[in-house]
Amino acid sequence: MTAEPKIRFENVGKTFTSRGRTVTALQNIDLDVHAGEFLVIVGPSGCGKSTLLDLLGGLATASSGRILVDGEPVTGPGLDRGIVFQQYALLPWRTAQGNIEFGLEAKGVGRKQRAGQAREYLDLVGLAGFHDRYPHELSGGMKQRVAIARSLAFDPDVLLMDEPFAALDAQTRDGLQDELLRIWEKTGKTIVFITHGIEEAVYLGQRVAVMTSRPGRIKEVVEVPIDARSATEDLRSDPQFTHYRHQIWTLLRDEVDRARTEELERSHVA
Amino acid sequence: MSLSVTEALLLTPVAQAEPPAPAKGRSAGRILGRILTSVVAITVFAAVWEVFPRLGLVDAVFLPPLSEVLTAWWDLLVSGELWSHTEASLIRSAAGFGLAVAVAVPLGLLIGWYPPVANLLNPLLELFRNTAALAILPVFVLILGLGETSKISIIFYGCTWPILLNTVSGVRTVDPLLIKSARSLGLGPIRLFQKVVLPAAVPTIFTGIRLAGAASILILIAAEMVGAKAGLGYLINYAQYNFAVPDMYAGILTISVIGLIVNQLLIVTERRFSTWRTN
Repeated sequence: MTAEPKIRFENVGKTFTSRGRTVTALQNIDLDVHAGEFLVIVGPSGCGKSTLLDLLGGLATASSGRILVDGEPVTGPGLDRGIVFQQYALLPWRTAQGNIEFGLEAKGVGRKQRAGQAREYLDLVGLAGFHDRYPHELSGGMKQRVAIARSLAFDPDVLLMDEPFAALDAQTRDGLQDELLRIWEKTGKTIVFITHGIEEAVYLGQRVAVMTSRPGRIKEVVEVPIDARSATEDLRSDPQFTHYRHQIWTLLRDEVDRARTEELERSHVA
Repeated sequence: MSLSVTEALLLTPVAQAEPPAPAKGRSAGRILGRILTSVVAITVFAAVWEVFPRLGLVDAVFLPPLSEVLTAWWDLLVSGELWSHTEASLIRSAAGFGLAVAVAVPLGLLIGWYPPVANLLNPLLELFRNTAALAILPVFVLILGLGETSKISIIFYGCTWPILLNTVSGVRTVDPLLIKSARSLGLGPIRLFQKVVLPAAVPTIFTGIRLAGAASILILIAAEMVGAKAGLGYLINYAQYNFAVPDMYAGILTISVIGLIVNQLLIVTERRFSTWRTN
């Protein structure tokens, strides 16, 4: 592909110590993400996907290896990467607009500009007119839209999304997936999207990285060359879609089985 | 095909973006009903207080009818005596309470923000909190004498614990995800505290302040019953010694009403600061 990747994982590993035992969460992660790419990481629960995202977000440090963004090693959080969490992480005492401005305050944008930009991004996520609503007055889908707007507003190059739609009902999720693709096409951001949903992975990702169960490694990276996703009428019943869905399902099945067996063994020992 | 219809709907964001009309308030009838319900019990209580002594069901010497108590209250009010006692009491309460807020909130923020300090001090704080302020009152009198200092100090002492403990827990129980999310934006510790931890802790802090408000009135009366020359507690105690029974009840009624008002004020303030906490 093209010259330098936007993000590069170099032999990244992460170990935790809990109750005196050392647990390896991630092992030998090597992965490149290209600028403007939509990459989905899919894996069985507990495989360390979220840990991987924490490392990339600079919220935790790798035990081995390194992560490069634009060729620079990640040393901490930064406004070049915006994170969207599954549980929205909105400040409940701030309105939708106030929450979006929060990221802009962190960036040091002036008060007047903040308001204008916040409105602009509320518009982008389809929430114009909801600027004065508090999070508890919004539905789950709307909250996640606000969270996405907040992460986009300070204009990071990379958007990191940690199972952002997992807590939403199926219909809202479908809608937001299309919306996200639209936003991605419009803004040209590099998106790293984590999920445990196979359909979601195939639907969204240009490439899908499948992870093994603990310790998490990259098992395979599947290219999903489906063009113009949002233009297709019903992509989910497209034969191509079914093909990739099945391929990733097969890759994951062994991992899920393995994770379950290990869990059973562990609970027998305990 | 059914899927594509949904998608088409969801694809156009503007279609979703109609803010619903705000919910309508309760109807006037229901509000009236609620007021009536809340008044019934008090009316019955007042009636019983008035009628039972008159019928001789209770000794009218020890429990005079409500009307006599209210007359005594009115006389005390007109003579200015009631106000001077109330004033003395309110100044003590406010001073002790105010001091407690001024000291306990910053101290609690500090303790809560540094987990090792919190872990170190928590057992001690629990011990002090569970030692009834009134049990320590003699100590205060012994050291600080019978004057204003000991009274304000004991109120300060009693008000400190609920505020301190609530502030500590308010700071410590901030949703870790909010902190994580703020850290991901590159916020330093000071701005994180100012923009996330403090606002998140405000409702819990106010719960402590409200509890302290109630405590300030309770402790006040007890403190005034031990060697004071003015104040509502003194009035109640003094009236009892002198067998001015209606005056005693007048003092008690006054203190109940003040307690109610203080509590109501604090509830309203608390609500104002935590409107967002309505999940």
